[in-house]
Amino acid sequence: MSDPRTPRPTRNEAPQWQSEDGSLILAKCEDCGEPHYYPRVICPFCSSDNLSWITCSGRGRIYSVSVFRRAEPPYALAYVTLDEGIKMMTNIVDCDLDAIRIDDPVAVVFKDRNGIPTPMFAPVQG
Amino acid sequence: MRTTPTAYIAGAWEHPTRKATDKTLIQLHAENVKGALQDAGLTMQDVDGFFCASDVPGLGAMSITEYLGIRPTYVDNTDTGGSSYVLAVGHVAQAIAEGKCSVAVVTLAGKPRTGRPNKGEGAFFDDPNCPDVPYELPFGHVIPNLYGMCAARHMYEFGTTSEQLAWVKVAASHHAQHNPHAMLRNVVTVEDVLESPMVSDPLHKLDCCVISDGGGALVVVSQEIARSLNRPLVRVRGSGEAIKHLNGGKTDLTFSGAVWSGPKAFEQAGVTPADIKYASIYDSFTITVLMTLEDLGFCKKGEGGKFVADGNLISGVGKLPFNTDGGGLCSNHPANRGGMTKVIEAVRQLRGEAHPAVQVPGCDLALAHGTGGYLGSRHGSATLILERE
Ligand SMILES: [Zn+2]
Repeated sequence: MSDPRTPRPTRNEAPQWQSEDGSLILAKCEDCGEPHYYPRVICPFCSSDNLSWITCSGRGRIYSVSVFRRAEPPYALAYVTLDEGIKMMTNIVDCDLDAIRIDDPVAVVFKDRNGIPTPMFAPVQG
Repeated sequence: MRTTPTAYIAGAWEHPTRKATDKTLIQLHAENVKGALQDAGLTMQDVDGFFCASDVPGLGAMSITEYLGIRPTYVDNTDTGGSSYVLAVGHVAQAIAEGKCSVAVVTLAGKPRTGRPNKGEGAFFDDPNCPDVPYELPFGHVIPNLYGMCAARHMYEFGTTSEQLAWVKVAASHHAQHNPHAMLRNVVTVEDVLESPMVSDPLHKLDCCVISDGGGALVVVSQEIARSLNRPLVRVRGSGEAIKHLNGGKTDLTFSGAVWSGPKAFEQAGVTPADIKYASIYDSFTITVLMTLEDLGFCKKGEGGKFVADGNLISGVGKLPFNTDGGGLCSNHPANRGGMTKVIEAVRQLRGEAHPAVQVPGCDLALAHGTGGYLGSRHGSATLILERE
């Protein structure tokens, strides 16, 4: 099977992941105080449209991971729990795929996907 | 006020094909509808309710009712992926209770093996208007790795093993050997599953369902019509539905929407999991079954691995016979949507029309559950409880 991540054109707006200084950002509700992901125009927890962006630490832990072996080369799809408590779908990169474990500490690395700096995560020392 | 459903499944027909090279998609639908009506002893002219989902080509119910030459007074085009057809029975039962229709057809068809992919077969991943797409598509979330992440997390939290998951497939294969239409009729062992190639950790090839063309249809009727027909009376006793999604990033992969749809159905039916004699459980992957059984209350959360092991799902062997047609894992997963065949096999069991080798003796109460969409992101859950009167 070819790499299913091959870019396909979409009419979507570019995803909002990165601040101007290159940090990972999350949408946060100013009314209920909760961050959420993916970002939207109303808070999914209280429906407020009083939203802002917060800068994340860029660190987190692997919540779950599955290495898709049918792709050439294989890659690791994961959910990472950010320090801010929110989970996001991502890839675990720059490591031995067979050594990835749930709960491993990871840090964000932006990789180019479809010309967009895309947040992926690499293992770091806990 | 709670109304007691008085709807009955009078017709249930599964298309025998698994590879429909010479048939069009609409042709499969037409054959399904005719097959189910014939099974019920009714005709196209009797139909006044129509349910279909996004696997119907064109404008959904508008296109297919034109093709079939019918003009229903009740139409429902709800799509919750592969669970749509389980959910449909609950919706139809409500419509019948309100007198909106008395003979409703539910149809599913698809050609993932021989046709062009359509929206009903899971081609949502690059829908440009879908808000999650730009945040997920770049990471390659194909279906097996979404389910793989659920299995991996379940193993991490509860100590579930690949051997335990494999037992789900082993049980399905024991049943499929008796189904002449099943795609995979060989009985497999736990070792066979573990030795099959890894698709997406920790799910092996034999942890995954088949891909098949085909489909099926149901005819759901009022009590008055049901009693006029020369068919066993299979009553819709309870139904429940739910959507589970990623919850704004407060995501929990350890449970499915069955934790919400199941209790609704059990409450309406006034029964408990211990009363169920046969269960059709959505089996896109082995992990789907294991988690659903926990979430429906057949065992405690985290104990699904123990529950499915050692043949407990094999008819005549274990405590909870499941998917006695071989299920999606071995027999049929038409259109990449397994809900229809789940209801059909439950009806066969209640009628006493399952294969004699897998027929559950005295089967008078059955459950059918659908999980549509993706266990690892967003899915629709639908639970039905059916009773033989
Ligand atoms: Zn809020």
